[in-house]
Amino acid sequence: MAKSATLTVKDGQIRGSINALLKDLLDKQVVEAILVPLVHPAGNNVVQSLVTNPEYLEQADVFAPVMPVNAGRIIQAMTRLTPANKKTAVVMRPCELRALVELVKLRQARLDNLYLIGIDCPGAYSVSDYPKFAAEKTSDDFVKAAWNGKEDPMLRAGCQVCEYPVPLMTDLTIGLVGQDLSKELILIASTEKGEELLEGLGLAAEDKSDAATKRETAVTKLLDKMKGIREKFFEQTKEEIGGVDKLAAVLGPCIKCQNCRVACPVCYCRECFFVSPTFELEAEKYLGAAEKKGAMRMPTDTLLFHLTRMTHMAASCVGCGACEEACPNDIPLLKIFQLTGTNVQKLFDYIPGRSLEDELPPTAFKEEELEWIGEK
Amino acid sequence: MAEGNNGFEPKIIGFLCNWCTASAADLAGTTRAQYPPNLHPVRVMCSGTVDPVYIIKSLLSGADAVMVGGCHPGDCHYVSGNYKARRRMAMLQNIFESLGLDADRIHTRWISASEGPEFAAAVREITEETRKQGPNPLSADWAL
Repeated sequence: MAKSATLTVKDGQIRGSINALLKDLLDKQVVEAILVPLVHPAGNNVVQSLVTNPEYLEQADVFAPVMPVNAGRIIQAMTRLTPANKKTAVVMRPCELRALVELVKLRQARLDNLYLIGIDCPGAYSVSDYPKFAAEKTSDDFVKAAWNGKEDPMLRAGCQVCEYPVPLMTDLTIGLVGQDLSKELILIASTEKGEELLEGLGLAAEDKSDAATKRETAVTKLLDKMKGIREKFFEQTKEEIGGVDKLAAVLGPCIKCQNCRVACPVCYCRECFFVSPTFELEAEKYLGAAEKKGAMRMPTDTLLFHLTRMTHMAASCVGCGACEEACPNDIPLLKIFQLTGTNVQKLFDYIPGRSLEDELPPTAFKEEELEWIGEK
Repeated sequence: MAEGNNGFEPKIIGFLCNWCTASAADLAGTTRAQYPPNLHPVRVMCSGTVDPVYIIKSLLSGADAVMVGGCHPGDCHYVSGNYKARRRMAMLQNIFESLGLDADRIHTRWISASEGPEFAAAVREITEETRKQGPNPLSADWAL
């Protein structure tokens, strides 16, 4: 069973207490590097950074409500060619961890020597909204106000309908849910690596604590609440985008810049079909295609692009909303991809990012399944 | 001709597995089985090679329906290609359903090399069904 330890919140400072803990990890040489969000010197962003000198951890702010890129992508960049050669702790949000698990299964990233530290995630704002928040409030204010029953309309679209605001696969969780944040947080080790971190920090780990039970109850309640929110969201989304006409209208502003594809942590192909020579055509081909319908939108194939992307990554969509954040024209891509992604995942009883053992649906099969395919 | 869609002749693109369904098509031809000329066959080496992008592109470029034909599950020439095709087809149809697009214009049939009459029957069924559905709204839209 998972072991847990208590992290005392010193002087009511959540951020300060967590930063001290992270600093301990480096000082006590439990790990040699930490990937963690640091406040940008300009104060207008908080960016994932790879830290080896503990002094920089004063700038860490793991609960600052902004997620400029999905960190699954960062681990991919770091470990695709070779695994990490030093013990490295990575502090990530649940959707980032889930994306990372998918990337590992897609053989785009490796977990060797990584210590996954997941956070209970109260959500994030858009990079463009974050400076407004940061000018007035701190991450401690944000965390204390989270999950208090009020909905925060400024949260990113993905965060508003997040299915799993708590980590699914991680070595150590920094737990907020169900805790008295003025006093303490809970650290939960769900693997041996997690226990190694607690031990290295000299924290006494218990098998079953009151705080752990409280968190479990609160997490169940939170996930139930999100389930309800999502059901409503899917109903609304179907209403808003269902059918050729509505879908065409929603994608009307698309300029096929493909930012959504670039930002998507699980859209991993090194050579995307849509930037391949398949789409480099002679003028006569364009003119010929135009002649068929009498008019043809340029650039071509906007709907083809989005539908194809869905067939390629819907099963692994973690709902992080990076696509929608990256869209220059505010197309509600998260809605579209979460609706289709969730239904595809249900079809295969698959939860992306839950475990390394679950096989990726498009690469696996069962002999007895989907009998209706092939029938009249 | 079916009632309602006067003069509408469906255009159906078929991606047919070389080892089974395309051979069945040949057999249907040599045995002079009758079926409508609406199917435009594309021979592929395996139903497992059919990326959904080809199906979507067909439906966006003038096809009123698409048929993917492969070996019966368990009989794939390449052992498991059609099992993977089956997952892809299920996924593609599921996505079309979620988005309120016509998932019923996407057809899969498992037809072995010896099943010439079954091939002819499948093409008749799909053609008639598409005729009833009418022209595909996706292929008429210039702005997609």
